[in-house]
Amino acid sequence: MTDLTGRTEDAAPPAEVPEMELFHAHSFLTKYVFCQDAKVIAIQYAGTAIAIGLVALVLSWVIRIQLAFPGAVALIDAKAYYQAVTMHGMIMVVYMLTAIFLGGFGNYLIPLMVGARDMVFPFVNMLSYWVYLLATLVLAASYFAPGGPSGAGWTLYPPQSILTGTPGYDYGIVMMLASLVLFIVGFTMGGLNYVVTVLQARTRGMTLMRMPLTVWGIFAAAVMALLAFPGLFVACVMLLLDRTLGTSFFMPAIVEFGEHKAYVGGSPILFQHLFWFFGHPEVYIVALPAFGIVSDLISVHARKNIFGYRMMVWAIIAIGVLSMVVWGHHMYVSGMDPLFGFFFAVTTLAIAVPTALKVYNWVITLWRADIRFTTPMLFALGFLVTFVNGGLTGLYLGNVIVDVPLSKTLFVVAHFHMVMGIAPVLVIFGAIYHWYPKITGRMMDETLGKVHFWITFLGAYAIFFPMHYLGVLGVPRRFYELGETAFIPDSAHLLNVSITVIALVVGFAQAIFFYNLFASLKRGKPAGGNPWRAASLEWQTPETPPGHGNWGDEPPIVYRWAYAYSVPGAPEDYIPQNEPPIRGEHSS
Amino acid sequence: MTLMLVAGSAEMLVALVMVLVVAGSLAFHFLSPWRATPIASNWGFIDDTVALTFWITTAGFVAVVLFMAYCLYRFRHQPGRRAAYEPENQKLEAWLAIVTTIGVVLLLAPGLLVWGQYITAPEGAMEVEAVGVQWNWSFRLPGADKTLGASDVRLVDGANPLGVSPSDPRGRDDLIVADGELHLPLGKPVKMLLRSLDVLHDFYVPQIRAKMDLVPGLVSYLWFTPTKIGRYEILCAAYCGVGHPQMRGTLIVDEEADYAKWLSAQQSFKQSRKSDKGGEKSASNE
Repeated sequence: MTDLTGRTEDAAPPAEVPEMELFHAHSFLTKYVFCQDAKVIAIQYAGTAIAIGLVALVLSWVIRIQLAFPGAVALIDAKAYYQAVTMHGMIMVVYMLTAIFLGGFGNYLIPLMVGARDMVFPFVNMLSYWVYLLATLVLAASYFAPGGPSGAGWTLYPPQSILTGTPGYDYGIVMMLASLVLFIVGFTMGGLNYVVTVLQARTRGMTLMRMPLTVWGIFAAAVMALLAFPGLFVACVMLLLDRTLGTSFFMPAIVEFGEHKAYVGGSPILFQHLFWFFGHPEVYIVALPAFGIVSDLISVHARKNIFGYRMMVWAIIAIGVLSMVVWGHHMYVSGMDPLFGFFFAVTTLAIAVPTALKVYNWVITLWRADIRFTTPMLFALGFLVTFVNGGLTGLYLGNVIVDVPLSKTLFVVAHFHMVMGIAPVLVIFGAIYHWYPKITGRMMDETLGKVHFWITFLGAYAIFFPMHYLGVLGVPRRFYELGETAFIPDSAHLLNVSITVIALVVGFAQAIFFYNLFASLKRGKPAGGNPWRAASLEWQTPETPPGHGNWGDEPPIVYRWAYAYSVPGAPEDYIPQNEPPIRGEHSS
Repeated sequence: MTLMLVAGSAEMLVALVMVLVVAGSLAFHFLSPWRATPIASNWGFIDDTVALTFWITTAGFVAVVLFMAYCLYRFRHQPGRRAAYEPENQKLEAWLAIVTTIGVVLLLAPGLLVWGQYITAPEGAMEVEAVGVQWNWSFRLPGADKTLGASDVRLVDGANPLGVSPSDPRGRDDLIVADGELHLPLGKPVKMLLRSLDVLHDFYVPQIRAKMDLVPGLVSYLWFTPTKIGRYEILCAAYCGVGHPQMRGTLIVDEEADYAKWLSAQQSFKQSRKSDKGGEKSASNE
């Protein structure tokens, strides 16, 4: 407890585990391609995730163009539209967001932030990336298979997803399911690594309650993912069997276009339970790392300790536990036993309490702070606005009866894009601007960064905030065209056009970011080791970028928490975690 | 000097933009022409819970973002400023937890009460079956015995598109409505029994507010009382393949007399079997 306020005596217990043996690369191939260094694996993960994310971005334009100008582009028909929706959703949720937060930031930051030399299982870590890459390639390849990718909707609900009338029946759905199975195999190898590294490889003095919230967020997300992904795994395997061998796990007796199918006795709702048993924790698997990262961005750039650190840790744990028992809120009108509605509404709204406490602590951190409006800080602020907005609309959809008129409308699309699309993506950008100097040794351009921020933040808000109102009006999602629908006025079509135009502008504006990202490699201002004057361990490496093994001859010893900013009496407005106690620092 | 001023005011702009985001969002809400359709059922309570949720969440959004904007303005970096050092304040955190919990309970309690009503159809509600197939709606209404006969998807064929069991005497007088147009009498509670023969569908009439999936292999339900005469579009709200947006039906809420007239013009299951015996009339959906 006093630990928090910088008390330092007896603060560095002896290491519990001996120093690990590192694998030393000898050739170009083992150093940069089949590399076992978590920092390189992190870049590989992030690069792949961003690349496939760009595919998803282009697919979102396909969706938006069709919705605003139905029939205007000959290439986009119903089939292509549903394929785009399916691939966009699956790519963004699994292959982009999960991969970049855990595989990307997890790999780069966990060892550096806890003072480890690397992940504890470097070989398995490397394997994790290559299996992920394979999964991504299999998914992307479905665009080139006969019949194209699956157009089953990203939730892949049977019976629709494996029937002949669905786009991508021949290969698309099989490749999608196979790819997901691969992804989960790859993720499990990485996830075990993240968890064990946090538990076993922390340096001397790095107690759990001294870890930066970034590590807490990624750690909790990795534990949850290890528990939740098996749900998706079995769902995918069984659906694959239903599709290829004609088993009936999820398929009841049905008649498709007058033809009796051979299925009997399966349950479509069982698939939904399995899917969302994974799918809801998945939201927090993305959100918790973002929560952690944003806490650190706010603290560093406001020059103030994160407010209520212990509450923040317990809130992460509470959210992690609760998020395993809320999945049914995706199924209020699915035809499951309606009594479930009571249970899942209570758990879902209960999760709002720890989440709200996190939000309060972020904004209270700004109180009496010394706020620097750097690009990472702006993105963190953008996250706060979009997350609060998207989190609050979750109170509509989580409260079972309020969900009834809004479910399956554009309100849902607007809600989840705001809360788990825009908000985490803003954190990803903020995190890249923040840690880029450590990764490359150079700063990204601040002016370009700010232009990028304002276009992205205000643009994304202007896309998704108004979209809620189309949902309130009752416009259903998953309609590739609205056609003549009496209750939808012309003005709604106008709003659709405006959303599409803004989406195109925001999408193309990302070129500013990519230009900045690559140009700064050569032309960026040299950053030095700790340009933001941050206290956490990753900024205290002897070399920047950190070398193989991270810490030179001696791993660091940690004396205090990661948030010693503006400590009264200290000469600077931050004290690195590994700086030996200053005389008179602690006053208890 | 001027440069510093420009930089300084640029930083103050961040706070201003955040205030404008709040003001713009509120303005959008109150000026927006896109509002819920005029309600045509008994589910006014659902609209009330939506409104309650709006007021509570809006208060939260405005308070958090304005507080943030104030901090951004007041505590922006200026030469000589140093942040305060306050790791935690358990009293404040406890208070915030309590206030939030109260807010959540205020939302949840009425929500659960209305949900209780939503899933409990009143005794004696008229049972009407809606059947979804790619991509149209059919309906079945009970005949004089006021009961629907058994059905099974495995009995579906060209002459029996809904799979009504010919061996169940209760089903013989069931009225089969295959043209996608359902009439209901004003002011009478209706329990819609929902059945799909192929994939997931969802019975969705925006003006009624109620909504429920049709799932092959089971019978789901929803209930409502039509309160306004009129013609309403029935949409499918669960993705059901490339024809999904075209899966439309019509719900017509009638005065009692008009309803009775429509009802008497419908064919019973028995009649439809007879008339189909000779010809090759196919009722499948190709």
